Amino acid sequence: MSSWLPRNVSTFGGDVDGIFWLIFYMTAAWFVLTEGLIVYFAFRFRRRVGRRAAYVTGSGWKQLSWVLVPVAVVIVLDVFLDLRGAEVWARIKGQPPPPALVVRGTGKQFNWEFTFPGRDGSFDTPDDLHVENNLHVPAGKVIHVVLTSKDVIHSFFLPHLRLKQDVVPGRQITVWFEATQPGEYEIPCAELCGFGHSGMKGMLYVHTQQDFDKWLAERLAETDALAARKQR
Amino acid sequence: MVKTDVMTPFVEAATPPGKTGLWWFLASEIPVFGGLIASYVVLRLGSSGWAEAASHLNFSYALINTFLLLTSSMTIVMAHAAARDRSFGRASLFLGATVLLGAGFLGIKALEYSGEIAHGFTPAAGIFWSFYYAMTGLHALHVLVGIVANLTLWIDAVRGRLARHPHRVEVAGLYWHFVDIVWIFLFPLIYLS
Amino acid sequence: MSRDFHSVHSEPSGFLRRYVFSTDHKVIAKQYLALSMFWGLFGGATAYLIRWQLARPEAEVPGWGYVSPDVYNALVTMHGTIMVFFVAMPFLLAVFGNFLIPLMIGARDMAFPRLNMLSVWVFFLASVTLLASIFVPGGPASAGWTGYPPLSAKPEYTGVDWGLNLWILALALEFASFLLGGINFLTTVMNLRAPGMTFFRLPMLVWMQLIAAVVFMISVGPLIAGAVMLLLDRIAGTTFYLPEGGGEPLLWQHLFWFFGHPEVYVILLPAFGIILDVMSVFSRKPVFGYRPIIYASLVAGFLSFVVWAHHQYISGLDPRLAMPFSVTTILISVPFSFVVFSMIATLWGGSIQFTTPMLFAVGSLGVFIFGGLTGIFNGSAPFDIYIHDTYFVVAHFHSTLISAVFFGGLAGLYFWFPKMFGRMMNETLGKIHFWLTFACFILVFGPMHLLGLGGMMRRIANPLQYDFLKPLEPLNLFITIAATVLILSQVIFVVNFVVSLVRGKAAASNPWKANTLEWATASPPPHENFEKIPSVYRGPYEYSVPGASDDWLPQDRPLADAGAAAR
Repeated sequence: MSSWLPRNVSTFGGDVDGIFWLIFYMTAAWFVLTEGLIVYFAFRFRRRVGRRAAYVTGSGWKQLSWVLVPVAVVIVLDVFLDLRGAEVWARIKGQPPPPALVVRGTGKQFNWEFTFPGRDGSFDTPDDLHVENNLHVPAGKVIHVVLTSKDVIHSFFLPHLRLKQDVVPGRQITVWFEATQPGEYEIPCAELCGFGHSGMKGMLYVHTQQDFDKWLAERLAETDALAARKQR
Repeated sequence: MVKTDVMTPFVEAATPPGKTGLWWFLASEIPVFGGLIASYVVLRLGSSGWAEAASHLNFSYALINTFLLLTSSMTIVMAHAAARDRSFGRASLFLGATVLLGAGFLGIKALEYSGEIAHGFTPAAGIFWSFYYAMTGLHALHVLVGIVANLTLWIDAVRGRLARHPHRVEVAGLYWHFVDIVWIFLFPLIYLS
Repeated sequence: MSRDFHSVHSEPSGFLRRYVFSTDHKVIAKQYLALSMFWGLFGGATAYLIRWQLARPEAEVPGWGYVSPDVYNALVTMHGTIMVFFVAMPFLLAVFGNFLIPLMIGARDMAFPRLNMLSVWVFFLASVTLLASIFVPGGPASAGWTGYPPLSAKPEYTGVDWGLNLWILALALEFASFLLGGINFLTTVMNLRAPGMTFFRLPMLVWMQLIAAVVFMISVGPLIAGAVMLLLDRIAGTTFYLPEGGGEPLLWQHLFWFFGHPEVYVILLPAFGIILDVMSVFSRKPVFGYRPIIYASLVAGFLSFVVWAHHQYISGLDPRLAMPFSVTTILISVPFSFVVFSMIATLWGGSIQFTTPMLFAVGSLGVFIFGGLTGIFNGSAPFDIYIHDTYFVVAHFHSTLISAVFFGGLAGLYFWFPKMFGRMMNETLGKIHFWLTFACFILVFGPMHLLGLGGMMRRIANPLQYDFLKPLEPLNLFITIAATVLILSQVIFVVNFVVSLVRGKAAASNPWKANTLEWATASPPPHENFEKIPSVYRGPYEYSVPGASDDWLPQDRPLADAGAAAR
């Protein structure tokens, strides 16, 4: 049953999945109850010769209470779900925890561009590191991704981290996540963005901190070498 | 129209269908302008530079137009009163005045547009101008429809046919008031802020 | 002059005036039926292509060929547009509203018969425009049925030029047509009810059509404005939705969903009307809680205006706005659960006869409960982060809309077919049609939720491009096969419909022993509906009244002894 959803590798993914199971059990109970009643009534009250239907109009509180009591239960469950949902929503989309790494993610027809701040830790400096499609991050660290788009609306989807955010031209939207396990995970675009939408795929590489530092150092060295060659 | 038999027992039925229908029509028009105006307000509050763009508008044209439309609201009320009293000569006079005032509004609107376009303020000149042309343009289209409706009634009145359906003046008047009220919202939102 | 003034109109004699440019609400209803059936076939064909593309993304679609990503995007766009605006709305609102409102309230026609004719012809024009948009250079619209800008606002983003302009135009015409129709419905019910027909003696179908008309009228205006703005962005260089010119892409989403969510209820409520009417007749019982259901529907209609942003939880909207909208969205479960429980209570203690219309009505209720419950998942903002824009959403809204349009609408068509065409439909074929459709529905849309939980995005032409979606491919193939059978099962319906039309058993004026006024006249009703306008003595659902000799008591039958009391 748990294999319905892809493997979860984010710190808040468990909360999202928890909401799923909460709603699943609530709605499953209602589903069985209501559909069961329909099937039962369909057999129990099917037409038989000599039996007349009951004249029940549902007027008056006594009769209406047959439906009002279950409706009251629905209200209680709604409130409960809203309260639990608000908690999880606030954790994911509220004030994000302070980042260990900030990356810029830019969507365009039809790929992702990720920009790392480089050695100086700030953007728009010569040592910024641009990587097409591949987002490399360390595990166990809070990552902020500042999302923008160059053309149309895209959607930054990390299914294994239970994260999705539309990327809107003209806006900068910050999302955060913390991956729990190293590995390679796909980054699809979830919002129709043109004929290349289906193939607009990025990759999320979650490394151990050690591997990440190594990767970053290598890439920065490459960039330095490239810059040096250009100057010469 | 004497309603004698048992088929029409309701008070509501005393309202001519045309009037009921027009009220529902207006109910569907309000959200069209409402959506446009709300979009304008929300976007304008969320960004800057709109007031600068708005300062290029010709305020005196808009003021004259406001005066013309308000006067025409008065003349259509007088046309309605005349039609109700079945003095169709007077009704035709006021209907004609309403048509002329409406036409005047459109004429000045045309002057205003051409002046702005001559200065390069086309619909493509920026977000304020996008909204300006969409809002005033949609309103001007409504004015045009109102003029056609009033003109039809004026022709009926001149040819002596208005006696057959005098309540239509009231229905046209309701529509015309709506067009005026929309302008009362557009004028301060676009020209005064 | 009395209102029987109408009856001096003799039936027009020429073919054109009688069947083409007719002002008769019954003929107009049938014109809408023909158009919606045409579009239904068209929409079904797009579904077939979409499903086979997903089942075997790298192979040719049987009977068609290779589907390019461009074509795929156009297919999903057309499928949504056609099914919502050119099938669901004409079928549920225009067919049943036009045919039944005057008959059920005891009127000779609509309040504005010529306006009625205008609305069907504007709808025809919209249909022609949409068809034309498919064949213009550059191809049809491919920005999704939701048409989010900037993708839809600039031709270079999609490569579609006039196809998308015509798409906007077709929608605008369709809205105009249904606005005219709604004005007509409302005015007709307010002004032309038969003597004794008070508002609280109206059948549910009439009430639901009225609420739907008002909801549509209020919600569509902003989108009409929005559509004009989108068209201007495309052809006049304005920048309403383009950030580089100071515009705001999210503005469209607000305008679209301010309409889009109420629109769901515009479709759903008339189906509820049909289900309640049919259930009452075949349970031989009054509708449980007639007035409370009306109030609950009004509450649901009102709430539908304050939930639109639940389509935008992750759209870049201020996250603080999500929870209030999540609360209102989940609150909608309250009026709807009231209606659903009342429907179930209507079955209790009945004398239920499972004719084809009753099967479809009960099936519709069962499917609606399923679709409604999966809506809770979408309505919850935190879980929506994950399932937004996945097949879970697709499965959810197909469940609710198919419940309304397919099961609800077909319940109505099987039920009122004798009245519309004067012939009975074949019950055996009808039942086979129901069970096949119902079984295939479960097999298609049950598993489709699992696709969404697996993370499969909407509107992707090739899920095989993603490793995490590869395990879902067998499921996709399974759904496709079930969907193909679902589409093919509709052949049974088409055959039944056509054969019954020509050779069905002649229908009596009241074959189901129902109470409402449309059954008080011949099948099919004569040109001006009634020989003499009926007088109404009671509500529409007086079945199995204790002490009465029959288990039904028509609205127009005076009771000698109870005459005074019933009035």
